[in-house]
Amino acid sequence: MKQDEMNDKSRRNFLKNTAIAAVAATACGSLACSCSSKKESAGKVKLLSPDGEIVEIDSAYLNHQEHMAIVSKLEAREGIAGKKFVMVVDLALCKNARKCITACQKWHYRPEETEWLTVKLMKDSEKAAPYWFPKQCFHCDNPPCVKVCPVDATYKRQDGLVLIDNERCIGCKFCMAACPYSTRVFNWDEPELTVDIRNLVSNPETNIPAKVGTVEKCDFCPDRAREGLLPPCVEACPNGVFYFGDENEDTVTNGSETVSFSQLIKDRAAYRFLEELGTKPRVYYLPPKDRQFPVERGYEDLDSNIKERFKYIMEPDQKKS
Amino acid sequence: MELNSYQQEALNYQRPNIEKFGKRNWFFAIFFGLWVLAGLYALYLQIAKGHGVTGMRDNVVWGLFIVNFIFFIGLSYAGAIIAGVLHLLNVPWGKPIVRLAQMMTVISVIVGPVFILLCVGRFDRLWHLFVYPRIQSPMTWDVMAVVTFLVGAVLLLYLALVKDFAVYRDAKLNVPKWRQKLYAFFANGYRGGASQKKHLIVSQNLLSIIMIPLSIVVASILSWIFGMTLRPGWHSTIFGPYFVLGALFSGIGVLIVAMWVYRRMYKLEKYFTDKHFINLGYIMMILAAGYGYFTFSEYFTSWFGSEKWDNDVIHKLFSLSEYGWWTLFANVAGIVLPILIVAIPATRKPKWITLSAFIMVFALWVKRYLIIVPTLETPAIPMQDTRMEYVKYSATWPEWVLTFAGIATFLLFFTLISKFVTVVPITGLEDPNAIKQQESAPAKTGM
Repeated sequence: MKQDEMNDKSRRNFLKNTAIAAVAATACGSLACSCSSKKESAGKVKLLSPDGEIVEIDSAYLNHQEHMAIVSKLEAREGIAGKKFVMVVDLALCKNARKCITACQKWHYRPEETEWLTVKLMKDSEKAAPYWFPKQCFHCDNPPCVKVCPVDATYKRQDGLVLIDNERCIGCKFCMAACPYSTRVFNWDEPELTVDIRNLVSNPETNIPAKVGTVEKCDFCPDRAREGLLPPCVEACPNGVFYFGDENEDTVTNGSETVSFSQLIKDRAAYRFLEELGTKPRVYYLPPKDRQFPVERGYEDLDSNIKERFKYIMEPDQKKS
Repeated sequence: MELNSYQQEALNYQRPNIEKFGKRNWFFAIFFGLWVLAGLYALYLQIAKGHGVTGMRDNVVWGLFIVNFIFFIGLSYAGAIIAGVLHLLNVPWGKPIVRLAQMMTVISVIVGPVFILLCVGRFDRLWHLFVYPRIQSPMTWDVMAVVTFLVGAVLLLYLALVKDFAVYRDAKLNVPKWRQKLYAFFANGYRGGASQKKHLIVSQNLLSIIMIPLSIVVASILSWIFGMTLRPGWHSTIFGPYFVLGALFSGIGVLIVAMWVYRRMYKLEKYFTDKHFINLGYIMMILAAGYGYFTFSEYFTSWFGSEKWDNDVIHKLFSLSEYGWWTLFANVAGIVLPILIVAIPATRKPKWITLSAFIMVFALWVKRYLIIVPTLETPAIPMQDTRMEYVKYSATWPEWVLTFAGIATFLLFFTLISKFVTVVPITGLEDPNAIKQQESAPAKTGM
């Protein structure tokens, strides 16, 4: 009898302690999140300024942008009801200012080498004029990457987005082989994470923190869309190259002007990249007609290592010598 | 177990091979074992440091590992088809080599999948494949196919071995107790009774019938991992049959080499006769012609159509400053050489056939490399990356060490199995002279 009583008591105590511990843990977790921005000098953090310079700031002085998962994983799989996200890229306006890239890297806490958004220099044929070609994920309506994922880690949502659950991804890289647009990048090594994001819970809508051995890519920033914000690349572009919006509402905006999506792609003869592959991209390109800048404007002032990328097109003679 | 005199002789002849573990065996076992250890170290590095230690990067996402995967898995499909056909058609000369083919099937279907696992970034999440499978993905098909095949191959090898295990059990071999017990355990009470015989043969026949189409399905699914993507050099309707044929072709090559090595090592000239080499040589020649035909039509249609993207790959393959020499080697050594060696009577000798088979197997490995890497180095959007390792693939030492470790594991298995069971099956054997007599007097059988 006594033995039983003892057992019962100890079990009750155990349950009670567990409950307290659980509550405490939750509280600590949320406290840690809310305090970290004000409390002690939490060490220096390296950041990219909007001008693309690396600056070192005490993380205590940072105004932390909340990257908390706002939605559950289930909601992150379904998408934002009633939306159909779409992007239009005006190639006539791009001068390879690369502000979009740095803004993207900053928002997603990605290192300089990792470009979810990249700007290519295209030259369609020998005589054709080269032009700058910013490229995000196309969020295809018939996505080859989604079809081949063996574990349903990358998926298509009802709002048109193709996202990745980096906690489910097994890193087989089949999606990378299947994507004809070289959109996806892989965490080959353990990613370097800053203190503030290390302990965040990853969500397919943020993919923060990055995880070694998993695939990641441009996600059209659905966490910002939920709050009515534009993706950072759209906001950062000094020339208004990117129009982001909702196909259902038939509106897209580049931050300064808001236009009718259907009218824009009609008037400017928009096309989708490699339409013949049948992937049905959700990104439309306006052909680089009546360009605002000569292509050299995006080349001359580049860092030498980035300049190297485009040398074979911009200075073909030098390459040969 | 009752044995006829011919089988008894085969047992007595091979007895020392499984009773003794000689110096040479130790040498090989330790040599291969050391390679396996080196491979484990490279594997540890890859797991601890991430896939950054390999040469794979965002464009060339797969490298040597998937090449090895295709190579080994191909061998195992070939083994299953060869063993199945020889068994079902009851080919008299094929009896001594059926076990070799079945051993190759099982060993390579164990070694092969290890290489696809090496391509996976997160070992710790492999269980996701079974918990969250997306049935639409060719990778899921492949997981199901390879697992099914593995089970089938092991079962078939075992069924083919049951009678022999009974023989080893009854032969009172001069081996340690645990091995005798193991033989008895695997023999599973087989005494050669009429009902036991019947059940065994029926299940063997059924499984052989299942394994042949299964091999074709599985080899095709393997090809579809590539064929189903929208990439030049991969996205081709010919890929299924191309891989089936390639698998068979390289499998015959490895079988010939294995036969030659065992013949030398265990002095099995009586069972692995010149006729075996010549017959398998003929099959190799026919398959070489078929493989050459497929390769030709693959390259020719791409080149003639000259779509930009396709043409980029063809250009990479044939330009001597890129993969040209390797393409030349793969096709000359892998297709022309085996045809010539077997076609010319003067070289139609075991030694030459084996040499050409060995070179051909290596050439086919190169051919798989040429299927994978140049295509991955040709994305639709210009790479424009300053990091050279992202533009051009070059395998790093951990990848090479793991590759050699895979080959060493393959050979280690062959070494060890040949010490546990006889390379030439005992109970399956039929006296060639008796067969000849039967053939010369068909009237007696009452047909």
